[in-house]
Amino acid sequence: MVLASPWMAPSPYARAAVSVAFAAMLVSVWRLGRGEGPVTAEQGFRLRERAAELGIRFRHRETTLDPKLDNVAPHVSGMGAAVSLVDFDNDGWTDLYATSSRFDTPNALYRNERGSFRDVAAEAGLANVNREGEGVSMGSIWADYDGDGFEDMFLYKWGRQQLFRNRGDGTFEDASARAGVNRWMNSNSACWLDYDRDGFVDLYVAGYFRDDVDMWHLSSTRIMQESFEFAHNGGHNVLWRNRGDGTFEDVTARTGCDSTRWTLAVASADMDGDGFADLYLANDYGPEELFRNVLGQRFERVSGAGLEESSKSGMSVTLGDFENDGTFGVYVTNISNPGHLFQGNNLRRNRLARNGKLYNIADASSSASRAIVDCGWAWGAQFGDLDNDGRLDLFVTNGFVSSSKERDYWYGMSKVAGGASEIFEDSAFWEPMGDASLSGFEQSRVLRNLGNGQFRDVATAIGVTDLEDGRAVAFGDLTNRGVLDAIVANQKGPLQVYVNEPSVDRNWIQLRLRGRGANTSAVGAVAELRFAGMVQAQCVQAGSGFCSQNDRRLHFGLGAAAAIESVQIRWTSGQVQQLGALETGRLHVIEEPAP
Amino acid sequence: MTPAASTLPSGPAHPRGFWAALKPQHMVSALVTLFLVLGQWRFQIIKSYPLTGIEFIDDYAVLIVSLSTAMATEALLSRWLRGEWPSVLSAYIAGNSVVILLKPQGGLWPFVLASAISIASKYVLMYRGRHLWNPTNFAISFMLLAAPNSITILGHEWGNELWTVGLIWTVGLLVVTRAKLLHITFTYLVCFCLLALLRCAITGAHPLTELAPVTGPMYQMLMFFMLTDPRTTVSSRSGRIRVVILIALLECVLRLANDFHMAWAAPFNTAPAIFALALIGPIALALDLRRKASA
Repeated sequence: MVLASPWMAPSPYARAAVSVAFAAMLVSVWRLGRGEGPVTAEQGFRLRERAAELGIRFRHRETTLDPKLDNVAPHVSGMGAAVSLVDFDNDGWTDLYATSSRFDTPNALYRNERGSFRDVAAEAGLANVNREGEGVSMGSIWADYDGDGFEDMFLYKWGRQQLFRNRGDGTFEDASARAGVNRWMNSNSACWLDYDRDGFVDLYVAGYFRDDVDMWHLSSTRIMQESFEFAHNGGHNVLWRNRGDGTFEDVTARTGCDSTRWTLAVASADMDGDGFADLYLANDYGPEELFRNVLGQRFERVSGAGLEESSKSGMSVTLGDFENDGTFGVYVTNISNPGHLFQGNNLRRNRLARNGKLYNIADASSSASRAIVDCGWAWGAQFGDLDNDGRLDLFVTNGFVSSSKERDYWYGMSKVAGGASEIFEDSAFWEPMGDASLSGFEQSRVLRNLGNGQFRDVATAIGVTDLEDGRAVAFGDLTNRGVLDAIVANQKGPLQVYVNEPSVDRNWIQLRLRGRGANTSAVGAVAELRFAGMVQAQCVQAGSGFCSQNDRRLHFGLGAAAAIESVQIRWTSGQVQQLGALETGRLHVIEEPAP
Repeated sequence: MTPAASTLPSGPAHPRGFWAALKPQHMVSALVTLFLVLGQWRFQIIKSYPLTGIEFIDDYAVLIVSLSTAMATEALLSRWLRGEWPSVLSAYIAGNSVVILLKPQGGLWPFVLASAISIASKYVLMYRGRHLWNPTNFAISFMLLAAPNSITILGHEWGNELWTVGLIWTVGLLVVTRAKLLHITFTYLVCFCLLALLRCAITGAHPLTELAPVTGPMYQMLMFFMLTDPRTTVSSRSGRIRVVILIALLECVLRLANDFHMAWAAPFNTAPAIFALALIGPIALALDLRRKASA
């Protein structure tokens, strides 16, 4: 042994010191790796599940599949529970539309009759839409596509897509064939947007499984993703331009917004402040994609913004000004499971207008900051100010397959997940799932915005403790009280209505925007509210989260602010409307002024 | 390498001489570098971490931190306990292996601790002057067991592409051949395949389901870096073959136990082969060292 200097001489003490330091490092791993216990302190509001009391007794049924998929049926059929909020009859009360996904099971349209609900889907013609040969429902988006003042519905499906025109008398007609949108797709997401600002809302529909796959009559079991994080073999996405005469044309190729990634969610808003609606895609088995709208003529897939560096399993996308700086940040949910997979959710700060970047600030470096990152097998998420404190909070649903409590499928799935694509993309090679669970029995997260990009999970404290397999979540003020309620659609489970019960009185204001021309829904319009020295922007969207759509009304919590300073509306037409200090504590219906 | 080749004069201009002059550690270092560069180029396996706000540094913060921690730990402990400046190759391999294998929920602490633990284990977990665990194998196994809520291991992050696996295999086979350790890799591979078929016979699974893991990236790390680590393998060729067979058998037991959802085996199901090596390898080496000492 060579000794360089006397002080370097090994001694029993030195060895003991190294051993102690080694042991300390081992203990540190254990300590740093622990999770944080649930928050139980009073939060100033509670969410209480009251669906049955309100007259809502709806339960989602999962789709059947070709018997060739029996070994992975719980996995493949694990989507379809969706909910959208819409005032379909223009009576000032927000209604609900929920989907089921099994042949011959009905969807439900719950009409809000001053705070109690009645299913009117059958008389409206929106119930029996899950039929053999036509496919099953995955979700719905609503907007007035024909300019008659009533919200119409696009139903995206595994099967033939359907468009229902609202006649305005409580009934709907199937306009799919005439409109030219009754294409066979396996879609799990869609949104309305007026990409070319011609005053008519257009339709973006995203494919999940390939378009040539009939899930009930498979010619091959090679239908799965070719890669766990870099798959390109999903269905095509389609942009249908509204011609304004009740028909749509496919302009996907012309505008360059196709993707064959496995898109699970899409949202649209003007992300870069140029006045044109962009498209943001959350892709399962792949990175997120942002299609920047170039002057309403075409879309450019944005590169270099920071999206490519984290290829994960995007399940949901919600856009919101969570920092009150007038920009739309992005929250995309992903999958996390102890010991197996930590993809982590992305919370992106929007600096597109400044330097073309979207910075992921979701921080998992400590147990306290981990809430935003790890929501289990997360699905739908929405931004909304649940406690009216002036900051946008998040509600995140989660849980994939809750079946056996003893048997788990993560190990079985891991066998093929890392294997060669030739194995992974063929469902025949997947381990039979049986009654095993896969990230089952997870508790939804309610992430309260503490400011500075910090969020804390308060679900337990406010009463969101169910362990259903949540999919879609949508926000709306169901009883016109000035608070946001949360409606959750659960896979193979009940439609839940979490009624908001505030215990602290905070100020608020709501805006209902009505566009001129055909886009009476004002889809794409942005309201910027100034209060308490801050500015919060909200966009009228038609489809966000996962298989959901929020209430059309924009809800702003104001915290302790007794008044607002001003409101600016940027209408989709390009008009900018300045409004003064509107009265708070009430809903304002704002019409787009004449040019 | 043939005996004839080993007698050739070495020299940088002579390809066979260059080949002969290369030590296994150099080649393993080159292989791990190839693994890292290929993974980063194709699949961005190094996750960016917002450390400084400087894009390049943040993009490679994980690599910088892991390598510097491993090298600093090696230098400190070697100087302090052995009084000599160490070769950086071992720390280089360990630091890179941690970056490739560790997939934590977030933060830099897992990389710092895994790198430090892997190197420190060489100086602490010793028997008769030899460290018992492959450093990375010990660090990764411990972290997976101690912090499952924060740590997981490389599984699917390599795009599921067969050609990248093929490239690693080609270079890896060259390296283990040069190091005269091909029999370890070959024995393990044969055992894994045979035992996979045995599991299929027991569980009724499709053969490709059970064979699929060996086409994934974690197994390349296992077969070309951990199993074949010359410092932690037993001395005789036949002994190494027997140890590898035992490792494959234990892995098979762990896999079967998880196939039948046995609760005790669940903590090992993230990386059965890594844990099997961590359990069998040190015992075999300790027995080998004791046998040699008493001989």
